[in-house]
Amino acid sequence: MASLPATSTTTTPTGPPTTTGTSTKATRLLGAAAIVGIVWLAAFGLGFSPADVNQRESVRILYVHVPSAWLAYLAFFVTAVASGIYLFSKKHSLGWDRLAGASAEVGVLFMGITLVVGALWGRLTWGVFWEWDARLTSTAFMFVTYIGYLTVRRLGGSHEQRARRSAVLALLAVLEIPLVHWSVKLWRSLHQDATVLRPDGDVKMNGLMLFTLFVGVIAFTLMYMWLVIHRQRTMAAEDALDDAGLDLAIADRKAEHQ
Amino acid sequence: MRATLRTAWLMARKDLRVEWRSRVALNQILPFAAITMVLFAFAVDRLPAAPGDVDTVLVQLAPGLASLGTVFSLLLLVQRTFAVESEDGALDALRAAGVDATAVFWGKTLAMWIQLAILSALLLGTAVVIYGIEVRWSGVALLVTTWLTATFGLAAVGTLYGGLAAGARGRETLLPLLMLPVVAPVLIGATRAVEAALGTGGTAIADGWPWVGVVAVFAVAFGAGGTLAFGPLIDE
Repeated sequence: MASLPATSTTTTPTGPPTTTGTSTKATRLLGAAAIVGIVWLAAFGLGFSPADVNQRESVRILYVHVPSAWLAYLAFFVTAVASGIYLFSKKHSLGWDRLAGASAEVGVLFMGITLVVGALWGRLTWGVFWEWDARLTSTAFMFVTYIGYLTVRRLGGSHEQRARRSAVLALLAVLEIPLVHWSVKLWRSLHQDATVLRPDGDVKMNGLMLFTLFVGVIAFTLMYMWLVIHRQRTMAAEDALDDAGLDLAIADRKAEHQ
Repeated sequence: MRATLRTAWLMARKDLRVEWRSRVALNQILPFAAITMVLFAFAVDRLPAAPGDVDTVLVQLAPGLASLGTVFSLLLLVQRTFAVESEDGALDALRAAGVDATAVFWGKTLAMWIQLAILSALLLGTAVVIYGIEVRWSGVALLVTTWLTATFGLAAVGTLYGGLAAGARGRETLLPLLMLPVVAPVLIGATRAVEAALGTGGTAIADGWPWVGVVAVFAVAFGAGGTLAFGPLIDE
């Protein structure tokens, strides 16, 4: 992952206009691996793995829910780390900023999927779509927080302004999320116990189920890498286009005065 | 350090003087907050909390509603205090003049704290009067501590995110999106602490103190966060 920003700065499409898209041989391979992983997950999740004793067929939802939750948390972690590196490194390389932004976009998408799919699973298993559980509530807060982060990224200004503003915001989110999680946890535990039946903490898991979940996590991680690499390359292209547009305008203006 | 404190004090006095002369908080935000408290009552109505209970649901909800009212007022107060700065490019002028961003943060936080504290005291007072709450005086120490800590935490967060949104396009809608998820711990902590102080939730006064702790941790975290982050956020 660490080499991502470096590659992104070298692949900015300032080269010949024959460049077709943002893929390279490596990403094509990664994409193919991700597709294979997801087909594999579908085969195991929908076919080979057994139905659960208590949850019956609804357990299959978890093969999407758990990997997408994992992916979202991974994405926000990468955003925080990349923002920190951008802010505290001497070079202030915009590649880190774009990595943070691309990762947050993918993270928000998959956090949304996690919440929707989780609600569907909750309806089938707990009988309700939403439960005021600490983890659920703080996940919802996290979702909104990163929507805010993405909004701030689109505020405009120079690339450096965008990078610094959003990096600071991403680090503030690191301050905020544990506080929110902690307070919501206290709120529930001191206020009232969960009222809805929930499965035991230590559900004994069938070997094949665990394997399917494992496949899901790998497939989704590959997909995450593919999405983020491509997204940050298109972001680099957008930034380059912005800069080129400004350069052209300045060149035109200079030409006028001559 | 001395220079920073002096600048912060000047900033705070400037903000308070602007409010004293324009009276926007007094004439617009305070009436907004008061009418919100009345509207909450419409939403809840005078249902008995339990059969045979003399307390109404409204009394039980009062601490939470007063906290919510304070948070909504905070949004307006932040918009106002940064509208003053971004009009005529005052914030840019401050930066161009080399004014320490930390001092700007603390000055604006202090001024906002004072205004918000007065506002929220009036809100809670309104709740006590119009919702018919019987105050238990033994909870006053808890109540005052909660009040000062919570309003400080809110003021610090408000200044921090207000500075970020200041001058941005669509700041009116951006600010609530950024700020409301962040203030959740204050809303939870202050509500529970005030509940214990007033005795509306049926809890003992001693149960309220851990919640003040939550609010205090939040206040310290965002006081420190603002000190470090405000400069990079507004400096562009």
